Amino acid sequence: MREVFFGDAERVTSVAPRLSARRESPGTTTADSARDTPYSTDFLANTSERSIRVKVCELTGVLKCRGGISGEMPSNKSVSDAPITQFVNCRILKDHKLQREDLWVREGKILNPEKLFFDEQGFADHKVDCENKIIAPGFIDVQINGGYGIDFSQASSDIRGGVALVAKKILEHGVTSFCPTLVTSPPHIYHKVIPELKVQDGGPEGAGVLGIHLEGPFISEEKRGAHPPKFLRTFKGGGVADLMETYGRLDNVAMVTLAPELANSAAAIHELSGRGIAVSLGHSMADLSQAEEAVQNGATFITHLFNAMLPFHHRDPGIVGLLTSDRVPPGQTVYYGMIADGIHTHPAALRIAHRAHPAGLVLVTDAVTAMGLPPGQHTLGQQQIDIQGLHAYVAGTTTLSGSIATMDMCVRHFREVSGCTVEAALEAASLHPAQLLGISHRKGTLEYGTDADFVVLDDTLTVRETYIAGQQVWRK
Amino acid sequence: MRLVILDDYDLASEWAAKYIRNRIIQFKPTADRFFTLGLPTGSTPLGCYRKLIEYHKNGDLSFKYVKTFNMDEYVGLPRDHPESYHSYMWNNFFKHTDIEPQNTHILDGNASNLQAECEAFEQKITAAGGIELFVGGIGPDGHIAFNEPGSSLVSRTRVKTLAKDTIVANARFFGNNLSKVPTMTLTVGVGTVMDAREVMILITGAHKAFALYKAIEEGVNHMWTVSAFQQHPRTIFVCDEDATLELRVKTVKYFKGLMHVHNQLVDPMLTVKDYMD
Repeated sequence: MREVFFGDAERVTSVAPRLSARRESPGTTTADSARDTPYSTDFLANTSERSIRVKVCELTGVLKCRGGISGEMPSNKSVSDAPITQFVNCRILKDHKLQREDLWVREGKILNPEKLFFDEQGFADHKVDCENKIIAPGFIDVQINGGYGIDFSQASSDIRGGVALVAKKILEHGVTSFCPTLVTSPPHIYHKVIPELKVQDGGPEGAGVLGIHLEGPFISEEKRGAHPPKFLRTFKGGGVADLMETYGRLDNVAMVTLAPELANSAAAIHELSGRGIAVSLGHSMADLSQAEEAVQNGATFITHLFNAMLPFHHRDPGIVGLLTSDRVPPGQTVYYGMIADGIHTHPAALRIAHRAHPAGLVLVTDAVTAMGLPPGQHTLGQQQIDIQGLHAYVAGTTTLSGSIATMDMCVRHFREVSGCTVEAALEAASLHPAQLLGISHRKGTLEYGTDADFVVLDDTLTVRETYIAGQQVWRK
Repeated sequence: MRLVILDDYDLASEWAAKYIRNRIIQFKPTADRFFTLGLPTGSTPLGCYRKLIEYHKNGDLSFKYVKTFNMDEYVGLPRDHPESYHSYMWNNFFKHTDIEPQNTHILDGNASNLQAECEAFEQKITAAGGIELFVGGIGPDGHIAFNEPGSSLVSRTRVKTLAKDTIVANARFFGNNLSKVPTMTLTVGVGTVMDAREVMILITGAHKAFALYKAIEEGVNHMWTVSAFQQHPRTIFVCDEDATLELRVKTVKYFKGLMHVHNQLVDPMLTVKDYMD
């Protein structure tokens, strides 16, 4: 027997018939509904007390009553009795369009309300009025080097604490999952830091870590950008040996950026993509055919397009030519990261890339330690950088050293300068990075059954609330 | 019968929705005494459903104490197929209202024993106290629900094979691919609908005009199963001008002349706000 507490007598009378309407399994019907009631409804109808305790027999499934949460009826789902939240009066990004639909969430996943209605005869426990705001999948940042004073490439005394701080802060930018990025570093840094940056789910403590992005050290010297030259490396012979010697271990790694023109890179690319690690081309002097060969070997991403690679030339398109290459294996998409901070790429270049290959555009912040901090000198990897306004330079030079724009700023900027639709801008920060990492079956969309990581935005695409696994983890 | 003629589809849909609204509110349904409503699918009732949803969103109408029984469902079509009548009812009606899932009843076209499913449906209607108002449409071949020409006028809920006409008419929902249209359905019988205390048939569009003519100006005939309602004590046909194109001018003039009487059924419009305690 289970004791159930009812809010008031009125609800009690409507529960008893519901007990008898419970089905053995979805799809079958009970011919005589009266047969299933363990007691007559008269007993309850005659009760005049405002609140009563009733002992009910436990039938198939679980009957629970939460009187008064939202003035709604008791829940009686048969699959799970976890609370269901329904977000109403909102526009959600679904099937590549903003649609007037409600968003249903249960146990951290997006719920199919039609299935709930017909199979479980269930309904929402809580309704949240979104006041006509936009709900989009949570943003995914696959290239972020640190922020708020934290540098992921530093072997500090509290690496986990540093990641946790950034993970918490970026919730304000609508980022619900990210890849902490390590720039070119000596092996002892990799050996110390990589084991500490574990893959983990997001939650109220911060955005989820999808895996580490190792940007370097197997990159080109001429195109090293802000990476320290003395820690660059080449492939000696076998793919795995070089990788393991440098990095120590590859579990928890989601992506590696390398320069494909380096000798023996093919073996490394094979090895990495065979392990499910995304291979990205960047900081490279490769021409188009070298880049295409890398793609055929398994590379799927381009690290910050245009930056740290040969410029597009009409007779020698270089890596940029991958956007319209006809040598990409069928069914495979080449994705490319763009830092849409208004500084790293001229708006016209951003538009050219977007128009040439809109489906592959992935917004990244490439944010550095100084993101979120006031102007001045700070540390990135093994180097000093200098913040001036919205620009971050290698100290004493005019070489850009990552950006300090936030992901939501990038989404807004991209939308503004490219003139793309709101849906396209939002997908560039959510769906495309999820597709790149091969996790679009659980992240980056609002499809039924995927993780309920999402952001609530207003029409200016400013983040108002951030949710992870259906729980609100930040609000403005 | 009452033949209510409105100028166009939107006005006809609105009149029908107002009538349903007034009937529900007048009935004052409670947890002990539900209002049982029979419901159709197809393109004709969409406007009516939209208006009912609008009334609900304005707070003037609640479906909390309403039980619904749908007329039909395809056999063998997965329940979550976008063209199943479960999907239709969810997307066009249930998800926008406060109707409770256990108060909705749609035949299950994937039941292992279709015969038993049909019989159970009939029993559910009886258990609910019979249908207070059955809303339906009419096919171009004059069928009510899926009671194709030749169906017994005293038939009950059963499995029916669709006529060619109906398959062709439904092909537009299946990408105009005839091979994808289901060929069998579960449907309430003519007798089942006749048992309702009141019947309202929505008929709009010129392509339904001939069927309307056969249904109300010719005799009761199992080839035009809607004609059975000539023998029901309370039937309302709600149509637009185009649907009357095959009727005699005399019929149309007579019923148009009665519109001031018909309009008393929808004016004044009742609202559930007046009955909130």
